[in-house]
Amino acid sequence: MDHLARRAQLYQQVRAYFSGQGVLEVDVPVIGRSAALDPNLESLAVDNGGQPFYLQTSPEYFMKRLLAAGSGSIYALTRAFRRAEQGRLHNPEFALLEWYRLGYDLQQLIEDVLALLKTLLPEAQVALHGYAELFERHMGCHPLTASLAELNQLVAQHTSYRGELSRSQAFDLLFSQVIEPRLPAGIQVVTHYPPEQAALAQLARDATGREVALRFEVYLDGVELANGYQELTDPLEQRQRFAADQGQRAAAGLAVPAMDEKFLAALAQGLPACSGVALGLDRLLMRLVGAQSLAEVMPFGWDAL
Amino acid sequence: MASYSSNEIRAGYKVMLDGDPCSIVEVEFVKPGKGQAFTRVRVKNLKTGRVVERTFKSGESLEAADVMDMDMQYLYNDGEFWYFMHPESFEQAQADENSVGDAAQWLKEQDTCVVTMYNGAPLSVTPPNHVVLEIVETDPGLRGDTATGGTKPAKLVTGAVIKVPLFLNVGDVVRVDTRSGEYLGRARD
Repeated sequence: MDHLARRAQLYQQVRAYFSGQGVLEVDVPVIGRSAALDPNLESLAVDNGGQPFYLQTSPEYFMKRLLAAGSGSIYALTRAFRRAEQGRLHNPEFALLEWYRLGYDLQQLIEDVLALLKTLLPEAQVALHGYAELFERHMGCHPLTASLAELNQLVAQHTSYRGELSRSQAFDLLFSQVIEPRLPAGIQVVTHYPPEQAALAQLARDATGREVALRFEVYLDGVELANGYQELTDPLEQRQRFAADQGQRAAAGLAVPAMDEKFLAALAQGLPACSGVALGLDRLLMRLVGAQSLAEVMPFGWDAL
Repeated sequence: MASYSSNEIRAGYKVMLDGDPCSIVEVEFVKPGKGQAFTRVRVKNLKTGRVVERTFKSGESLEAADVMDMDMQYLYNDGEFWYFMHPESFEQAQADENSVGDAAQWLKEQDTCVVTMYNGAPLSVTPPNHVVLEIVETDPGLRGDTATGGTKPAKLVTGAVIKVPLFLNVGDVVRVDTRSGEYLGRARD
């Protein structure tokens, strides 16, 4: 019961922060016509007669359509749904805070996230890391120059996975299983991901001319809390990435949904330069009340349905 | 052969790993928000008893092990095999030294044990948690010494050696926890 009140207070604190910043709260549908194309996200289908609809894995496409239509900076406090993601830190339905800041670059958005977290966790220590430096320190090789064979060797050496992984899968496993547990307590921000992990982030060149994704992640006491991008606004490159996602899904034997043409049309019409981030509120609440699992802070955990 | 997807395995499932039947002890779902999902498990090799960690990609397939736990009555030991019988089907199974292992020291005729069957043959034997057994060897009891809390070794009829209070004698019947080998008390009947 205490957690119900703390959750309500958290939502109020979030709204107070954005209200003070002049960012508009928006409501977007949780049901959409399009399923996620990301090869690592599966959508839950909704039967409304005729073609299926889908519970959205994030409010991103709807929010970007609002941005393209001239909404200005916006935030949504909503529910997101991801099929078959269930565990101590996962629930198929979860509370997501997503926001977009017009004209912000990656660094400005990171400052914004830290300012919000400061209002909630004033005592937490903050540190920033480059992905490549962090990877190199713990794995002994540079993530952008390591060969696939080297990455798979690191997987065999540091994890209990037996088999071959792709570059991106190897990064996912090594980072989540080896590096994350070694991150210090407090708020740790990791920036500039390998290009394979760009998702919807812009690509840029680092100081040595290597291609990196303008993406950051925030970890709170070793738990992934938020994921942000300097957003890709080029409709052609977006279409190319969607096509690549479709190819990966087909190769993996997964369903291949159609591209969201209304979202692509909004990009073609003009998505203003912006950065955006999504933050898991249930995980944040876990930390605020000292819980060890999502189920403890959800009014009805998956097993209570 | 039946198989499980790595997404659906839970603690207690029996699967084949590296050619050996294993029991899943613990399952953890691991997934970066935008990344590949993995299932990390701790598994117990049912042949060796060793517990190891393994990680699978989401959707990878694991072969189910043809392993079944059956309640069976212990019948006798002929010097080479231990014989068990299913109380309803009267079907018998013979277990060798490898599969009986440490359980041998607790097996008393007619006690009901859990026999783990693999491909139709016993893989391991789990004795009842509590057994009632007679002392066959121990130093003479110190009459009246029920308070000092001292113990001495005692050999039981099944061969196990446990620690018992000083006042017990040969012929006394005791209750023992087979998981810890701990003396629980005198059996009165």
